[in-house]
Amino acid sequence: MNEDWMLYEVFIRSRSGLEHKHVGSLHAADARMALEHARDTYTRRQEGVSIWVVRSSEILASDPADAEALFEPARDKVYRHPTFYAIPEEVKNL
Amino acid sequence: MSPAAEPARATASAEDRFEYVLRLGDTSLIAAQRLGALLGHGPALEEDLAIGNIALDLLGQARLLLALAGRIEGRGRDEDALAFLRDAGQFRNMALAEQPDGDFAETIVRQCLLDAWQLETYESLAGSRDRELADIAEKAVKECRYHWRFSAGWLVRLGDGTTESHTRVRAALEKLWRFTDELLSADALDARMAVSGIGPAPALIRERWETRVSAALAEAKLERPAQRHYPWHGKRGVHTEHLGHLLAEMQFLPRAYPGVSW
Repeated sequence: MNEDWMLYEVFIRSRSGLEHKHVGSLHAADARMALEHARDTYTRRQEGVSIWVVRSSEILASDPADAEALFEPARDKVYRHPTFYAIPEEVKNL
Repeated sequence: MSPAAEPARATASAEDRFEYVLRLGDTSLIAAQRLGALLGHGPALEEDLAIGNIALDLLGQARLLLALAGRIEGRGRDEDALAFLRDAGQFRNMALAEQPDGDFAETIVRQCLLDAWQLETYESLAGSRDRELADIAEKAVKECRYHWRFSAGWLVRLGDGTTESHTRVRAALEKLWRFTDELLSADALDARMAVSGIGPAPALIRERWETRVSAALAEAKLERPAQRHYPWHGKRGVHTEHLGHLLAEMQFLPRAYPGVSW
């Protein structure tokens, strides 16, 4: 692998109306090549109708060391889940 | 214009139609074999997949076209018989398609020059009077649009890249340019197919090919080589030595084990 090639993250929308989902990453020399590589690598079996690629270095990720501060405060707040409401019988798709 | 006002057209003979469809089908088949043989040798995993995808597109076109040729011929030969049981002199592919790979630049230049021709040809054939051929062309043109995007992208990347990549792609262009004359120069059969409304007008294909390729060459900072006439006429069965070697590999299995399947 050429070390000049950059890492890109690939997002595919599987059907119209659905959201783009992260499917993996790949190497490419530029954005156009990344899009073509994504098409060739991740949509060969009709997996998608739309592709996003983004330079991996452009993604800001949370630090695992911050996990306690970021995520633990939510743990004892079960009332944020909508599980305390009685759902009427006639409502089918909630 | 009403159908009645349309000028009367000559009807193409079955022999002409057979030969013409073979030119298209064999060109796709031989190009598919060339690219398929590169599997596992691509410069990167992603490129390997891209080249394999293109090879499969071309193979799919070849199957449809050779099956159609077999039906036109009406002598019971199917796509396999046509692909595997003919010798080099009976193949009608453009000589450009059979040229070996050499380095990656040669692969890209060969595909680029061929992709532009296939793209323009199929775009025109989608309006052919031969409905079966038009249907195949309509499917193929979508594939060819991507093939061109791929090869032209690389042409620019290599031509406008490093000194090394520019030197290599220029050498490949000088080496392969002599085969482009065959793509664009119509012979009597091409002319008859155009007159009968089945094939595209050769002058139109030349003009569109020139426009497309010139733009890509300019973007790639490559000079267009001088036009040269060349004694090879793949579409009339006069091939370079490379086709025989390619066929030896491609046809070995079905010839050594007739009727084999798995």
